[in-house]
Amino acid sequence: MTTSPAYDLECINVSKNFGPVRAVDDVSFTIPSGSFFSILGPSGCGKTTLMRMIAGFEDPASGDIRIKGKSVIDKAPNKRNVKMVFQHLALFPMMNVYENIAYGLKCNGASKAEIERRVRDVLDRIALPDVAEREIHQLSGGQKQRIAIARCMVLDPDVLLLDEPLGALDLKLREAMKIELKLLQHQFNTTFVYITHDQSEALVMSDHVAIMNQGKFEQIGTPQELYHAPNTSFVAGFVGDSNRWSGRMTAINGDTATVETDAGLTLLCSPAGSSKPEAGQSVEIFVRPEFIQAHRQGTSPAEDAPAPVNQLDGKVDSLLFNGANSRVLVRSSSGQLIEADVTLTGGTDDLRPGEAVRLVWSPQQTMCFRT
Amino acid sequence: MAYRNKNAAFLWGYRLYVLAFFIFLAAPLIAAGSFAFNDSLFPSLPWRGFTLDWFFNDTEPKLGMFHDRRLLSGLYYSFVIASIVSMLSVAVGTCNAFLFVRGQFPAKNALYILMILPLVIPGVILGISMLVLASTIANGLENRFDIEIDALRPGIALVVLGQFAFITTITSLVITARLKKFDESMEEAAFNLGASRARVLWTITLPFLRPAMIAAGIVAFLVSFENFNTTLFLVGSESPLTITMYDRMAKVGSTPVLNAVSFILMLGSGLLALVTIAVQRDKSKG
Amino acid sequence: MQKDVKRLSLILLFTPFALWILLLIIIPHMGMVVLSLREKVAPRVYEYGLGNYIDFINEPIYWNTLLRTGSMSLLVTVLALLIGFPIAYYIAKIAGNRTRGALFLLCLVPLWVSDLIRAFGWILLLRETGVISSVLQWSGLVHEPIEFLYNDVTVIIGLVYTVILFMIVPLVSTLDGMDNAMIEAGYNLGGSGPTVLRRIIIPYAMPGIVSGCIVVFMLTAGSYLTPILLGGKNSSWFTEQIYDQFITRFNWESGAAFGFLLLVFTSFVVWLGLKITGQTLANTVARS
Repeated sequence: MTTSPAYDLECINVSKNFGPVRAVDDVSFTIPSGSFFSILGPSGCGKTTLMRMIAGFEDPASGDIRIKGKSVIDKAPNKRNVKMVFQHLALFPMMNVYENIAYGLKCNGASKAEIERRVRDVLDRIALPDVAEREIHQLSGGQKQRIAIARCMVLDPDVLLLDEPLGALDLKLREAMKIELKLLQHQFNTTFVYITHDQSEALVMSDHVAIMNQGKFEQIGTPQELYHAPNTSFVAGFVGDSNRWSGRMTAINGDTATVETDAGLTLLCSPAGSSKPEAGQSVEIFVRPEFIQAHRQGTSPAEDAPAPVNQLDGKVDSLLFNGANSRVLVRSSSGQLIEADVTLTGGTDDLRPGEAVRLVWSPQQTMCFRT
Repeated sequence: MAYRNKNAAFLWGYRLYVLAFFIFLAAPLIAAGSFAFNDSLFPSLPWRGFTLDWFFNDTEPKLGMFHDRRLLSGLYYSFVIASIVSMLSVAVGTCNAFLFVRGQFPAKNALYILMILPLVIPGVILGISMLVLASTIANGLENRFDIEIDALRPGIALVVLGQFAFITTITSLVITARLKKFDESMEEAAFNLGASRARVLWTITLPFLRPAMIAAGIVAFLVSFENFNTTLFLVGSESPLTITMYDRMAKVGSTPVLNAVSFILMLGSGLLALVTIAVQRDKSKG
Repeated sequence: MQKDVKRLSLILLFTPFALWILLLIIIPHMGMVVLSLREKVAPRVYEYGLGNYIDFINEPIYWNTLLRTGSMSLLVTVLALLIGFPIAYYIAKIAGNRTRGALFLLCLVPLWVSDLIRAFGWILLLRETGVISSVLQWSGLVHEPIEFLYNDVTVIIGLVYTVILFMIVPLVSTLDGMDNAMIEAGYNLGGSGPTVLRRIIIPYAMPGIVSGCIVVFMLTAGSYLTPILLGGKNSSWFTEQIYDQFITRFNWESGAAFGFLLLVFTSFVVWLGLKITGQTLANTVARS
């Protein structure tokens, strides 16, 4: 009843303590077959411990871990069909590429011909057919990455665990590897469980992402859900950039709440999260920079707007030029710095530091969470 | 400009000092080695021409080292002792490395210091303490049970034990340093790929340690080969080379045959040193 | 089950260590102490007492030799440090990448050569008929052969020579681990050469310095060949006394007492050195 073969991996109420610290606290989730699942959280949130329990290097204090519907709690790590790509890859430097990939097959007692066939096959699939005889230190960072994955995939695992394998790469390569990992996952059609603290890695690659904080899962959802409909203020703050205020909700009218911020500002918000805040409660407000428009003062079309909007006057403090992702940093009259996306064309119409601007954004894009 | 001149002068002075130091280092070695080729009965100037007699000649008074029975037997005993010591001390040193890097047990730090201690105990004292203990046991056995155990009397067995006692510290330190650099996720990776514990040890951890084990073995071999202080008290009738050479030097007076032996020993240690460097510089670095 | 495996392997690893330390280090040294407390009162009759130690105190030659060995060993240690530090610094920080490896190798090669051969080399250089004396005569600077052997200066030179590499090698590895930027930052913040040396380099290298000093001091105090061969019959080195008691006079009891005294004395000096510099044995000698 409880197990369904549709899930490659199930964790049921898994907990783990290190001394008095609860590293993993009652975590449950299921991963459907053939999907790319990420666990995203700040360092020290327990995600590595969770992964090591799935691989069998740590024993959970309570709960159950099932792979393809079967509990693996009593199986030694070398008997589980869960393979892992380590943070620093842990390729064996005393063996060449071929021997690295053949290692697991040899341990399983595969015949020489079988090993040869499967190693060649997996090398073809990762598009590195000619590196078999190379030494590990002769490979580039991206090649090492792919060999580490091939070393696991050659064993046809039920689940592949990846522990921040991109962390050591430089930025350009990391961007390329993100796409590559996604493609590899499609090609092998195996469930990937990917651990990272880098939200862009998780958002770009995953079908589903779990946000983990202090040993607990805060929210599981598609990347879009997490970004646009976070359940908790932690998720709203952790995924993507936001401007934040804290304050107290003074009134609520349908979907729109009125909040008095600590700095004395009055903002119109949409209550959000699994337990919506009520009037009189203290709340936290998040507004993403891309939803804030900055207008030069005097040219603001705000008066013509049909619906009520949030408005804030301020002065341009500085421009953060970053191509299509450029932003303007505005200092409001209360002294707070607010980020808003702008288009900087390089023409004379661009905003300049010191100019007075009015920031405008809609209440629908202003999420407020109970604190 | 003046500053730069002053700096340059200082640097040149510094270089001269370094040069002088290396001349100081090399001088006695060159002296010890080069007189092996002097065609004279005494290892001193003047230079009387080049000869290989001190290596290969088979008649007195210029008996070459390869025909000198006592030197050759010394060489043989040294070789036997050094081989045993190096194998034993690498084996125990490897165990110690695992014990102190991986093991968790009470008083670990204190025991670690105890492990280092033999290195700083003067060799003479190690020698006499070993001699005292072995003789006490041997005498006790003889008086009470009338058993005579030759191994406890000065001889090769005691020399091996005495040298092993402090050389094991050296091998332990060398292998420990390497094991500390081992990335344990490599073992986990192998385990994750389906290997048994024994297989992980045999195919991953020990190959990683191999360069350090070879290097430690060579160091142990050389230290044992050259040891004098500890050996002096434990030696029986089978004298290793250093003792034989010392006897010649102190009692008989030296002929260039000793220079020939020195030359061969320097050549041997130099080669072994190169081997050590070569194995430690292998691909599986870090 | 996994815990049992761990326990078993710990015991298996601990056994050789325990056997080695106990049988070859602790018990022999305790045996030596016990023996040193035994006095011969008549042939084959022994009593326990402090007699051997009292003999040591009553005979000025003995304790003078110990003090002389200790003070000369300290002098050798200081000289080795003063001569060796600039060399180590040059190898680790000033020499180019390629020369560094070569120089370090050059330093290591003599380390592999036996003390005996090195002392022998010095004898060939320094004795009356030796190379230096001959060269001086040939150049006309002196007219008679000069004996450079059998004096304290030669013994000290020989000892410094024998042990200096044990000073340089740990120093090079310590200095090598020091980030050059630290020295540059020192200069950049306005430090002069001596200030940078005193405030940045030396404190950083302290574990290496102390480690080198301990090893050098112990090796010197425990050395036998160099003082005897270069200093001759009256080099008065304490190890010679021990040998004398053991082998020549066959007075093992007093030899054991002397051995124990040397051990206590050198350990005390090392302990004092560690206290003064605020280092521990574990972070100095153990690291190299």
